Amino acid sequence: MTSRTTAPASLFDRWSEAWSKAGQRDAAFETVSSAPVRPLVTPQDVAGTDWERDIGFPGQFPYTRGPYVSMYRGKLWTMRQFSGFGSASDTNARYKYLLEHGQDGLSVAFDLPTLMGYDADHPRSAGEVGRCGVAVSSLRDMEVLFDGIALKDITTSMTINSPAAIIWAMYLVTAQKQGARLDQLGGTTQNDILKEYIAQKEYIFPPQPSMRLVVDTMEFAARHVPRWHAISVSGYHIREAGSTAAQELAFTLADGFAYVEAALARGLQVDEFAPRLSFFFNSHVDFFEEIAKFRAARRIWARRMRDRYGARDARSQTLRFHTQTAGCSLTAQQPLNNIVRTTWEALAGVLGGTQSLHTNSMDETLALPTELAVKVALRTQQLIAYESGVANTIDPLAGSWFVEDLTNRMEAEANAIFARIDELGGVVPALEQGWFQREIGKAAYKYQRELEAGRQVIVGVNKFVEEDDADQKLEVLKITEQTEKDCVAGLAALRRERSEAKVRAALERIRGDAGSSVNLMPAFMQAAESYATLGEMVDVLRGAFGTWREPSVF
Amino acid sequence: MDQPIRVLVAKPGLDGHDRGAKVVAAALRDAGMEVIYGGLHQTPEAIAEMAVQEDVEVVGLSVLSGAHMHQFPRVVELLAAAGAGHVLVTGGGIIPAEDMAELARRGTGRLFGPGATLRELVDYIREEVGRRRTAARSD
Amino acid sequence: MTVAATSGLVARVRAGEELACARLMSLAERGDPRFGALHDGFFRELGRARRVGITGPPGAGKSTLVESLALHWRGAGRTLGIVAVDPTSPFSGGALLGDRVRMGRLALDKGVFIRSMATRGVFGGLARATDDVVDVLDLSGRDTLLIETVGVGQSEVDIARSADLTVVVLHPGGGDTIQAMKAGLMEVADLYLVNKSDLPGLDRLVQQLQDILELREIPPGERPPILTSCASEGRGVAELATALDALLEARARDGRLARRRSENFDRRVRRLVDGRLRHDVWEAEGLGTLLSARVAQGLPQPAYGLSDEILSLYRNRRTDGDPR
Repeated sequence: MTSRTTAPASLFDRWSEAWSKAGQRDAAFETVSSAPVRPLVTPQDVAGTDWERDIGFPGQFPYTRGPYVSMYRGKLWTMRQFSGFGSASDTNARYKYLLEHGQDGLSVAFDLPTLMGYDADHPRSAGEVGRCGVAVSSLRDMEVLFDGIALKDITTSMTINSPAAIIWAMYLVTAQKQGARLDQLGGTTQNDILKEYIAQKEYIFPPQPSMRLVVDTMEFAARHVPRWHAISVSGYHIREAGSTAAQELAFTLADGFAYVEAALARGLQVDEFAPRLSFFFNSHVDFFEEIAKFRAARRIWARRMRDRYGARDARSQTLRFHTQTAGCSLTAQQPLNNIVRTTWEALAGVLGGTQSLHTNSMDETLALPTELAVKVALRTQQLIAYESGVANTIDPLAGSWFVEDLTNRMEAEANAIFARIDELGGVVPALEQGWFQREIGKAAYKYQRELEAGRQVIVGVNKFVEEDDADQKLEVLKITEQTEKDCVAGLAALRRERSEAKVRAALERIRGDAGSSVNLMPAFMQAAESYATLGEMVDVLRGAFGTWREPSVF
Repeated sequence: MDQPIRVLVAKPGLDGHDRGAKVVAAALRDAGMEVIYGGLHQTPEAIAEMAVQEDVEVVGLSVLSGAHMHQFPRVVELLAAAGAGHVLVTGGGIIPAEDMAELARRGTGRLFGPGATLRELVDYIREEVGRRRTAARSD
Repeated sequence: MTVAATSGLVARVRAGEELACARLMSLAERGDPRFGALHDGFFRELGRARRVGITGPPGAGKSTLVESLALHWRGAGRTLGIVAVDPTSPFSGGALLGDRVRMGRLALDKGVFIRSMATRGVFGGLARATDDVVDVLDLSGRDTLLIETVGVGQSEVDIARSADLTVVVLHPGGGDTIQAMKAGLMEVADLYLVNKSDLPGLDRLVQQLQDILELREIPPGERPPILTSCASEGRGVAELATALDALLEARARDGRLARRRSENFDRRVRRLVDGRLRHDVWEAEGLGTLLSARVAQGLPQPAYGLSDEILSLYRNRRTDGDPR
């Protein structure tokens, strides 16, 4: 720091006076979370910040500047584009395309039937197969999905929640059949059921048995798949559902703490499982708000993990996260603008120190991305990494009075929200009462009204609108009904070819284990190997655990 | 004084992203309509049943999953079969313009994609319902 | 709708047709003048169904309870009609009717008809509309009718009271006991149900209820039963159903049901007459407009003198043989 960190009173007074006379342009000066933005921040505003205690160094407690000593000087973030559509073979082709073009990690998007535990041929799957992700109904689909891709040489992130343990079992068995050992496998299962109840609503079972499944995966990973991140505690969806940045931060960390407590209750030691917890945040349009959010997240997590849960391992204390640029910030109008939005949102993720990054494609308000669109999105990351220079130094915005002040404010807001959740009895009681859901719904409605009143601006939508949107005529990806037909036929063939006896025995084992406190992962792997389908396994669990319906959410 | 417009807002299929549906429900209530919130994960059959029992004039569906070409026509078909073919089927989500045109040919009303305002939706419903009420009165 | 269509409607309702039921309900809800004539045609067929009112402060889990009760009775072969009433916003005139979404397990069961109603804020109109809507369900042949209201306003409490039996639903930790007392809920209950029995404070709330009954000096044999339940987990629902059936049987036998229905009928006709008189004076005779015009001339004016004048005008216009 320079020797003069406080401005003499007279300089500030002089500025204040001139400021009060200066005009302001006609705008709301709020972030997209409706938080007021200060026109100017000075050293006075961060006078209470102790640089060593609160900011410190990268790779050192409280990790505000980053979880690793060398950050992007040592290794760039992983460029990991979320992807999946149609049948397993369609997606396999897309994965190969992305790997050829420089992507270095895989990320699987599953279709709604898979996410909700239905096979492609179930009546409720009609019209939905392969439409917003890849259809996986059995081990066979998983094998086709990764055909020609050596799972021991790559890391894979799977966005799956309610049936995550089962899908993970299929992945593990696929890898074993390729000749890999479990301890060679790296990747992540999203497996964050709490945020399903709160925001995304792809739940199947009630909270208690769902938490049991999550802890089963954490335990299995700790013992047998040590490189695997069993949970990606997610704020992305909470934000997409309409929360503010502070809510995203607080709700996500609260969920994380809830998982820690559940694992501790199971008898696991904190440093056994916490090193492999990971997080997933949104990167939305307000550049600085997002950067502050990421830095505050690391600091809050580190402090609580060490001081409340007794974590001693640095890897338990460091919050590591994946970022996706905000889908809800994209527009259908003038879609080329989305390339620009995604660029600065990605930049915010990088300046916030993300470990891996997905950049949205320009056409995603209309459909799943075309090859061209996803290539541009990938190039966006590569341009930032190799041309912008920001990855050449670590946490360059540290010490900015504005950013540090904002980081402090984020942390304070999050702490207030934690207190409220505690008053309600904790995360699970609060979500059973519908508290999170109502808070998010209120924020979403408020934002929409502000948007329509012109308080929030979206270029191309309520400002600089073009009647005849010539560049709107993009070629979009079409998923046809052929996918569903193919998947249904595939399932029929599978059912004919497999051993029904093996399937029945495996399903019986699941039923038995579900009713006891045994870890369910081995039973799931056995069932996967027998080519029992996802739907068959989930049905057993539905019988054992029941199904969840939302509480009042208005 | 005109009777309040009764609207059923629901999400067909497996998609759980309900931000839009909830925002629309709140907006329609604030516009003086009676909104029966049908909720998530509804089958087209359940939606049609609710629409009939509640004698709504409007059904609003939110579809983000790409399954709109299946779900909208199915609801239109079921309503017609139940004698409720007069009900306006509208809604929104991730629906390309050419699909909206095709769906209109198959019996839906106007549909609203990303960037549409609540104001537009409210005005449309009021105008269209008003038009249909007038037409019914002169029958 | 033509005259022929409306009378055809009644026949279709008798046959149990859902769309016809719904249409006739809408006719009633709107206060359509044709409903009265239709009602005069079918009133003799009413009264077969048992009507249970379920009311209580928000958060007590009424919808979940109603769903569980309905499921239980469906299991016993009964047919259900459910009316769920929610408040209209005084600001916008709109309403968010979110009760039936919590009864998802009843979806697609032809033996259950669910109708959501908003209070619509019209003085006295809610009770009239609800009575009419419930009558339509009765006409359609359903044997058990559940009417759910939020017990915060007088009219909602009245609706619960106009059933054959009224259940007041409370829950521990709601802090609602005092509120319930204020709304007059404590007096209307034929049975108290403390739901969400898994929450802390159950015993204390039950004790509070017993103390209140003690204070009202009701002889122990005549006190409304106090039951507990955890509807979300299905506990206590069968017991509630049994208790309700037993109460109804007992009152059918000892004449209390008949007396209750007579009292309710009396109140209903008075409400109808009050409503029509009000409409006649203010709307039909245009005296509302007259009053507004006078007030616009500025105060002070004589409240009593003016009301005398208005009444006198009304009586005179009536005797002028004006066919209105």
